[in-house]
Amino acid sequence: MTSVNVEEADVEDLESFNARARAWAVENLPVAVDNVQARADAEDHVKQVAKARRTQRLIFDGGFAGLRYPKEYGGQGLTREHQLAWREVTSDRDIGCLSHLKVTHGIMGPTLLDFGTEEQKQRHIPAMLRGDELWVQFLSEPNAGSDLASLLTRAQREGDVYILNGSKIWSTFAHVSDYALVLSRTNLDVPKHSGLSMLILPIRSKGVTLRTIQLATGSAEFCEEFFDDVFIPVSDIVGQENDGWSVVMRLFFHERNMVGGNSLNDQDAAGVGESAVSTEEQLLALARSVGNSKDSHTRQLIGEALVLDRLADYTIQRVNALMKSGAMPGPGASIVKLMRSLSKYRFKEIALEVGGAHVVLSGPDDEVGGHGHRWLVARIGTIAGGSSEMQRNAISERVLGLPRDHSPDTQLPFRDVLAQRQR
Amino acid sequence: MNVELTEEQRLLQSTSRQFLDETLSLDALRHRSANDAALTRDFWIRAAALGWTSMFVPDDLDDPLSDSPVRDLAIVAEEAGRSLESGSLLECNVVAYALVNGGSREVKTQLLPGLSNGSITASWAFAEGVDGWSKSDVRSSATVDGDEYVLNGQKSTVVAATSADYFLVTAFVGDDLAQFLVPRDAQGVTITRLDALDLSRDFGDVSFHDVRVAKSFRVGAPGESADNAVERQWLLAITLQCAQMGGMLDRVFNLTVDYAQDRYAFGRPIASYQALKHRFADHKVWLEAALGLSTGLTEAFANGDPGVTELACVVKAHVGDRSVEIISDCAQIFGGISMTWEHDLHLYLRRATVDRVLYGSPTQLRERLCELVGL
Repeated sequence: MTSVNVEEADVEDLESFNARARAWAVENLPVAVDNVQARADAEDHVKQVAKARRTQRLIFDGGFAGLRYPKEYGGQGLTREHQLAWREVTSDRDIGCLSHLKVTHGIMGPTLLDFGTEEQKQRHIPAMLRGDELWVQFLSEPNAGSDLASLLTRAQREGDVYILNGSKIWSTFAHVSDYALVLSRTNLDVPKHSGLSMLILPIRSKGVTLRTIQLATGSAEFCEEFFDDVFIPVSDIVGQENDGWSVVMRLFFHERNMVGGNSLNDQDAAGVGESAVSTEEQLLALARSVGNSKDSHTRQLIGEALVLDRLADYTIQRVNALMKSGAMPGPGASIVKLMRSLSKYRFKEIALEVGGAHVVLSGPDDEVGGHGHRWLVARIGTIAGGSSEMQRNAISERVLGLPRDHSPDTQLPFRDVLAQRQR
Repeated sequence: MNVELTEEQRLLQSTSRQFLDETLSLDALRHRSANDAALTRDFWIRAAALGWTSMFVPDDLDDPLSDSPVRDLAIVAEEAGRSLESGSLLECNVVAYALVNGGSREVKTQLLPGLSNGSITASWAFAEGVDGWSKSDVRSSATVDGDEYVLNGQKSTVVAATSADYFLVTAFVGDDLAQFLVPRDAQGVTITRLDALDLSRDFGDVSFHDVRVAKSFRVGAPGESADNAVERQWLLAITLQCAQMGGMLDRVFNLTVDYAQDRYAFGRPIASYQALKHRFADHKVWLEAALGLSTGLTEAFANGDPGVTELACVVKAHVGDRSVEIISDCAQIFGGISMTWEHDLHLYLRRATVDRVLYGSPTQLRERLCELVGL
């Protein structure tokens, strides 16, 4: 649906683009330095995001922002090949902060391109590409995670406005963002998937209370929000009223593409604050520093980690190619998601075992302690963005075609579902 | 990486599959008899007619038959794996590859036509000791005596040891690694058949006692180490083996998914139980990884990528372990029937278990990977 098809004749050839991009990047973007970032607190996020906005503005003014976004919304109207060339050109540049824009540019922008009105697109897409607007998704709720369609946040229509009440959770970096797409219930008298609507919410609106959630490691990148009579103009609905489920399905499609490195986001989706040194190097360094690099059990574990690390690209390329040709249905993206999250989890588990006492009882200046902390929250990868269990459901039901699980609530009016719960 | 097949490759795939379906029955593996050597030979001549052993071989000193021999062979190997092909596709091609690249004019003239038309089969006698799949495990040696070499050594785990017409033997001449072609019936060659878990192929230990080999049957120039040639042969073996195992794994996985949809328990297909669905999903992830890796390795070998040895270790470590793990879990899902002699599942499990260790086990390759990254 996203209009990224470009007439070949209009497009700058790759060679000239490459030369132009390289010259610009060398002149304008500083060389990357390796800074291992340990526990980031909220204040660091503010600094990181400020840097991200500045860097993005620089790139926008240089004419390289939104490579695959249409020109009429401030993008460059180029192709996947240009995007890959740009990533290569900027791979040794200090742009780690731009991962703060991956959700805005990889998920939210494309969703708005698909479902937004012309006015919404003109107002927000160029602002996103300039780095002026950071967007997040307000989807999960304390009682609606995997079963998102059972969410309780209400948007009651009163004339020209919706009045929003309820709460959301697990929104990443909402405290340093500007806008959210909030999925809310606009009709209680139809089945759960049929009464939802997607609304544009300026995060600092009156009636929105936002709190950061402190994670087990002490870091705070996730937020929760509470809505008390928040007014949203009806013109800020994205897609049709009560058709929010279609919008969120498309949003998830873009999210899967982003995880697979194939979204409209100019950069690949690298994690914020992750060191430029590969995790593979970190693991080898860990084994050397704790002195068990010659131990055969340790070497087997490290060999296993290396295999998991390196199989990712081949799996992604295969699955993406099969989906592109139609040999595999779209939910094949869940194969990539599950592969990545299982691999990364196991990788960190191996680091914990290789490091032994050193990574769980490290001295104040001992860098190997980072492995212990990374392990502690390694589960985030197997829970966030659709838990591994949800990916397994998608793969088995929608890729392999196995029978769907019985859901007692999909046909009932949502009001009755709630009434049954209370009994 | 080219995941999608070209029109020509698709045709090669479908004709290979059709041929295998028509000529090989898994049932035959269960009922091997005295005349199966003759049957195997007949099968092999027909397979060779499809070009299975001539991909690398130049046609009258012109170009090789295939312009992308490794990719084409990997496609055939995947199909061969699906059908538990009982010839020695992998070994014959490794030997043909070695001959084309290093054989004397005399040995090429004498053997390549036969290898190409299937009337001659060959295998690679490489491993030594228990699981010695590395060049550093080679102890066999040859010395010059007049116009001949005299070869001595003990090779283990040779595929098709009791049926191959020639062995390509890796041995030292002084400090140089070298390779020799030796007829199976040469004086001083002794074959001990192994009791193999795999029913689809035969295996043996082969000893060479003062075996005399003509100088022209040395593969590779005298005074030159065969180190690189042996490395390339090993990479080709791993590439084709992983393609075969990928085909095998894909077949068993799909058979099991189909079975779980048909089999009812407590009023519904067992495929509707989440406990099984989630296992299928996990297996699907590692199956797709295996097939993606196999394609990547094939291309890396064909392109001569510098990182191909590391990649081969990664691919075999993954494919080797996951094949046995997944096929074994498929047996669990099939239930009791999979433990019977008449069911096909054990035939796949048997072969996967042997392939896992053949040409290097995942354990050995993880260790080698550590060495390659400098640990």
